[in-house]
Amino acid sequence: MDYADSDMARRPSASRVTSAKIVIAGGFGVGKTTLVGSVSEITPLTTEAVMTAAGVDVDDTSDVPGKTTTTVAMDFGRITIDRDLILYLFGTPGQTRFWFMWDELVRGAIGAIVLVDTRRLADCFAAIDFFEHRRLPYLIAINCFDGMQHHDPRDVRDALAVPSEVPVVACDARNRESTKQTLISLVEYVLSMRRSRAVSHA
Amino acid sequence: MDDRGEPTGALVRPYAVTRGRTRPRLEIALEALVETTQRGRNGGGRGGEHRVIAGLCEERVQSLAEVAAQLRLPLGVARVLIADMAAEGLVAVYEPTSIEEGNDAVGTELLERVLSGLRRL
Ligand SMILES: Nc1nc2c(ncn2[C@@H]2O[C@H](COP(=O)(O)OP(=O)(O)O)[C@@H](O)[C@H]2O)c(=O)[nH]1
Ligand SMILES: [Mg+2]
Repeated sequence: MDYADSDMARRPSASRVTSAKIVIAGGFGVGKTTLVGSVSEITPLTTEAVMTAAGVDVDDTSDVPGKTTTTVAMDFGRITIDRDLILYLFGTPGQTRFWFMWDELVRGAIGAIVLVDTRRLADCFAAIDFFEHRRLPYLIAINCFDGMQHHDPRDVRDALAVPSEVPVVACDARNRESTKQTLISLVEYVLSMRRSRAVSHA
Repeated sequence: MDDRGEPTGALVRPYAVTRGRTRPRLEIALEALVETTQRGRNGGGRGGEHRVIAGLCEERVQSLAEVAAQLRLPLGVARVLIADMAAEGLVAVYEPTSIEEGNDAVGTELLERVLSGLRRL
């Protein structure tokens, strides 16, 4: 067999390349795209799905004459974790009426970051409800718009009435280190939840 | 109509790019990775889109979402094209690693890799 000519030659290791994703949610203008861009190795890209009013992803609008279709846009970025693992960060579509796209976004996700602007707290309620319902682990990240934190995370936790185990952290979506730390907090939280679950099942 | 209540066959006016097929043969996740195979590199693709996708995923692996965004195609269209190319052996599709329950060891290992990768950034 001529290895130079085969796909074996491209990936000699036994491990296969794979991917994972984290969802970035929150209200319009809260800084989702900014957060993705601060840490992504590519300029955030936008992908679009065309949906019927019934919430079905279609690739051919010609067979649904008269039915209302909507285009839902999602931003995303990419972080190469190692040679065989790529992490994607997907921003949720702005409007909460696009729930059908959220189903696809959360499927198989590690967890979600819910970005919060303390001046418009209510904007994130729908996202929190969705993740609770889907049992997707999430943390609350307060985007400190002017670099200052005006609100105590404890007050935000109380106002949002999130369970006590859900981390509430402050972040600056424009800052790479801050975004990186927020992602780390989420993954640590998901790991610790899995470990405590494993212990309680043992 | 098929069992999902969707029009099938001749009733569907084909969308030019997907050559009349409106459902992919594979359910490909948004973040699933696409890599051009040797066969794809040798230019086996039918149609301009196949060749563009083969070129794109030859330099480095790309997710379905990246392919759709870069070709400015709706996700559903890109999904059908990639499923066709996979069926013809022009690309390999690597599904994401599930961290869902029932897959604990695999999921935990993946999370640990993600965590150490983020710390190294
Ligand atoms: N001053 C400041 N502006 C921010 C911050 N995060 C986002 N912005 C700005 O807020 C606007 C909306 O941000 P964007 O990331 O597009 O929000 P999205 O709708 O959630 O994706 C943009 O003009 C950003 O530049 C921040 O931490 N501080
Ligand atoms: Mg945005």
